[in-house]
Amino acid sequence: MVDKVQLELVTPSKLLFEMETDMVVVPGGDGDFGVLPGHAPLLSTLRPGTMAVYEGDKVSERVFVAGGFAEVGDNRCVVLAEEAVPVAEITSEMVTERLKEAQEKVAAAETDKEKEDAEHGLKIAEAMGAGREAGA
Amino acid sequence: MANLKDLRVRIVSVKSTQKITSAMKMVAASKLRRAQAAAEEARPYAGRMERMLGALTASLPTLEGAPRLLAGSGSDDNHLIVAVTADRGLCGGFNGNIVRECRQLINGLVAEGKTVKVLCVGRKGRDGLKREFGDLIIDTHENLMRTGVAYEDARTIADNLRTMFDDGEFDVCTVIFNRFKSVISQEVTPQRVIPFPLPEEEETEAPDELKALYILEPTDDEILDELLPRNLSVQVYRALIESYASEQGARMTAMDNATRNAGDMIDSLTLTYNRTRQANITRELIEIISGAEAL
Repeated sequence: MVDKVQLELVTPSKLLFEMETDMVVVPGGDGDFGVLPGHAPLLSTLRPGTMAVYEGDKVSERVFVAGGFAEVGDNRCVVLAEEAVPVAEITSEMVTERLKEAQEKVAAAETDKEKEDAEHGLKIAEAMGAGREAGA
Repeated sequence: MANLKDLRVRIVSVKSTQKITSAMKMVAASKLRRAQAAAEEARPYAGRMERMLGALTASLPTLEGAPRLLAGSGSDDNHLIVAVTADRGLCGGFNGNIVRECRQLINGLVAEGKTVKVLCVGRKGRDGLKREFGDLIIDTHENLMRTGVAYEDARTIADNLRTMFDDGEFDVCTVIFNRFKSVISQEVTPQRVIPFPLPEEEETEAPDELKALYILEPTDDEILDELLPRNLSVQVYRALIESYASEQGARMTAMDNATRNAGDMIDSLTLTYNRTRQANITRELIEIISGAEAL
């Protein structure tokens, strides 16, 4: 019996993590879900939020992901994120700047599609801020 | 015979050209290293995405009712060609090859009676296609790859493509770019991105088992709806990043050749220069001697 989960966190520009963990909690599209060794195969979308990596009972790593997909199977958890930043590296300036930018975009949006995109951006920025506070 | 001064001037000018080409080669070499690393780092994402998409499409009973990005719009009368080139020249056949391939493809499609539109990424592609197909070019993206490729840019292009596809402006989209094979060789690759070509059937072992096992959350349709546009961005990103690495490789090779040619030219000019100089001295000596003898 294998009692570790192989976690792979990949963004379009690089492979961010590849490591063995005891548990991963992923912000799925339908709510957070935890992946323990032996989890059933699963494909899920992600919503912007924080992913937590557990080492024993403790959180060893918190990573902010801005949407993407997760694939679980065979004691592996592959997370494909549009964007991923370790929470420890997020600064409050980053968050405020992104929030401001996103808000400006929402205000400036003309078409429905633009508005939708801008609101999506705003949601990501908000989730980023929330992730920072939770991690601190 | 050219006089000494002219030769000297030419040698100096070739030397300074050589300095420029060798500097460009160095710059391309260092950019190439970074570009190559970026291209390699981007591979895992694209690979895993493909696998996921494969597993998901295999679980679909039929293509009917599948999102249009996958199933297509039902016709193939309107083609869009995305030509990925560099913004700058001086990189050998890099841009020319893409332009040539595009021209062939466009002529072929037009001969079949299809409508063709062209989207240029990179200024050189537009320059090369403008004269012949100026009225087919609908848009040009420039200055994307100044300092490497950003995923954001790829996403903007992909979003553009998607909007146009949804508006029914084209049915089939092909991206033409230089695939990076090695530092000295690039391969012009046409790749269809819309509708997404289905992965080859049954190449992996036991796909049946795979599809039966997956829990899909929220539903397969919703995942596909998100996965397909994102896959499009990734395909575009991959094309851009490969093209960027190829560009640097092509430029490095071209500039290396140019530097070597300049060296050869300097050698032969120096030889001519020395011969001429010697001939002049000999002539002057003969003049003096025969002048002295005449006395």
